[in-house]
Amino acid sequence: MNAAVATPQKNKIQALLKHASGDKRFKILEVHMKKHQFRQDALIEVLHKAQELFGFLEDDLLLFVATKLKLPPSRVYGVATFYHFFQLKPQGEHTCVVCLGTACYVKGADKIISGIQEKYKIKSGETTADNKLSLLTARCIGACGIAPAVTYDGHVAPKQTPELALEKIKTWI
Amino acid sequence: MQLDDLNAIAGKHIGSRKKITLRTCMSAGCMSSQADVIKKNLEAEVKAQDLDAEVEVRRVGCMGFCGQGPLIGVDGLSAKEKLFEFVKPENAAAIVGSLKGGACDVQVGDPDHPFFAKQMRIVRANGGIVDPERIEDYIAIGGYKALHHVLTELQPSQVVEEVTKSGLRGRGGAGFPTGLKWGTVAKSPGAKKYIVCNGDEGDPGAFMDRSVLESDPHIVLEGMAIAAFAVGADQGYLYVRAEYPLAISRLQIAIKQAKALGLLGAGIFETPFNFNVDIRIGAGAFVCGEETALMASVEGKRGTPRPRPPFPAESGLWGCPTLINNVESFANISAIINKGGEWYASIGTEKSKGTKVFALTGKIKNNGLIEVPMGIPLRQIIMEMGGGAPDGRQVKSVQTGGPSGGCIPADYLNTPVDYESLNKLGSIMGSGGMVVMDDSTNMVEIAKFYMEFCMEESCGKCIPCRAGTVQMFNLLQKITQRKATARDLAKLEELCDMVKNTSLCGLGQTAPNPVVSTLKYFRKEYEELLQPDPFGPHSNGVAQQPELATK
Repeated sequence: MNAAVATPQKNKIQALLKHASGDKRFKILEVHMKKHQFRQDALIEVLHKAQELFGFLEDDLLLFVATKLKLPPSRVYGVATFYHFFQLKPQGEHTCVVCLGTACYVKGADKIISGIQEKYKIKSGETTADNKLSLLTARCIGACGIAPAVTYDGHVAPKQTPELALEKIKTWI
Repeated sequence: MQLDDLNAIAGKHIGSRKKITLRTCMSAGCMSSQADVIKKNLEAEVKAQDLDAEVEVRRVGCMGFCGQGPLIGVDGLSAKEKLFEFVKPENAAAIVGSLKGGACDVQVGDPDHPFFAKQMRIVRANGGIVDPERIEDYIAIGGYKALHHVLTELQPSQVVEEVTKSGLRGRGGAGFPTGLKWGTVAKSPGAKKYIVCNGDEGDPGAFMDRSVLESDPHIVLEGMAIAAFAVGADQGYLYVRAEYPLAISRLQIAIKQAKALGLLGAGIFETPFNFNVDIRIGAGAFVCGEETALMASVEGKRGTPRPRPPFPAESGLWGCPTLINNVESFANISAIINKGGEWYASIGTEKSKGTKVFALTGKIKNNGLIEVPMGIPLRQIIMEMGGGAPDGRQVKSVQTGGPSGGCIPADYLNTPVDYESLNKLGSIMGSGGMVVMDDSTNMVEIAKFYMEFCMEESCGKCIPCRAGTVQMFNLLQKITQRKATARDLAKLEELCDMVKNTSLCGLGQTAPNPVVSTLKYFRKEYEELLQPDPFGPHSNGVAQQPELATK
């Protein structure tokens, strides 16, 4: 990185750390990093915690992690974008994760997805305009014995149909 | 902690048991149907009906018959255990009442059903029996005795020898002899060595490892500790998918309890042997099931694979010799030590020893987890244990091995289930997912489904996999949209061959398998979708080129 870029970056980090000092969540995140002795190989663990606290990983948050773990921002961003679990955009109030594992697929998970897509006009990975609902898909959540499974706000529901899914979502909106 | 202390804990725990136990399955499957509420209601009912003195309600792990869940097992009432199926929270009063002879209209399962009767449980021996959140339960059924025996009476080389004798092969899918792997790591020079347990069960349709980790975490920890002693490691990592939150929390509890009792940590069983286990949580990348990618992920990096050699046994985590085994492989170890390698080798076929856990799912009557001896014919699993396809339909094919495996047509159901026989059919054992498809399933769509999976999960490091999967997906898309010709099909086959032979890691090398196997057995379904070539069979077919697409 050349010097011309380095200075604004430095200023940005300083502004960020100042901002962070006023937010309790950053403090909790730092304690978590300390628990891992600021070890760089704990990056994924730290990002999990960050997402748990903030809901998604925005650029400033990634920069904060990079600074604290003494890692290049590119490495932190690279890891955050590589893994599907990390969300770089804010999520809606409620999330609906449809499992698209093979067992769920052969039992009609694709119909659940298209049912929701049709009704709420969002694609998988998108959030409704009123920010109420995010629709996501998962690559097998290991609940194959009760396929097709859908996770509503973190709770797995067994043997779903498009009707059941829409009914559940209706209670949110 | 010494053997006497271990026995004392076991004795005290067994002594505190009540006459009748209601075992509530609290694994992820049953939990999704309010198993936690059911347990609470049962406890309240036991109190209300004044049965406190003789009845206890216990939390247990997966009983296996997930499709019939939530399940409640009753012990101590009659000689045979009783199993309630499809239990609802409001059934609690009736179930508790039935212990005193009251009427109960909850469906009762048959413990002699082939689904249970044909099983042979080694890895899942404690599933549905022990409380995964109480180490005393595991100790009470003889847990950690194998570790004690190994640490106090055996040399590391004897442990490796015993595992070699057992003929155990890697349960992650590839089937590499476990004893040989342990021996290589033990012989590799280096002061620091690592043990890694691969719990990144990414194959869609497989949930054996989740069940083992959720139901019996200590059996895996004990296996890892024995492995660490055998190869000379003192640090272990348990890599678990983030999609399995219950498994993660139970492992955290298990590690904490084992440490508190001195069964993990420094000076285990008052010997100089130290072993620590840390949990690493995955973040949703299928490729991380590949061992070199998994190691990159444990180091906190992007999970991209690297060429082998050097193999992890020589240069793994941070360049140190590293032993990587699957959850199920580690879960076999304590039984092998307790009962001997020869006993284990007496189960199964000549080249595939022991038992294997399968996740039986898809269009099948009896969904769930089964553990069977190797070499059992596929027909027995699918038709007898699984009960065949529901709704009067016919079984068309069985998909094994996830996106790396293939589809086995119903005509081959007499094949014995072992590593070699499945390979011969163009599929693989894989981690143990078995997705059954009935005659309403379109095989080309299934091939497309898997290709889309591989395309999205390709890490992008090597070109054949990154670009090849996209091209193959586009061709499959074209075929299913009835826009393709024979030339496209030929191109697809050519690409399959190229991607298979030139990709860097297992993901790319096996990505074409679902296409190749469905082409082999269900070629007609592809050909029915093809259009006549407007340029004739011998033209250069410029107009027929698939459009270039990028991911």
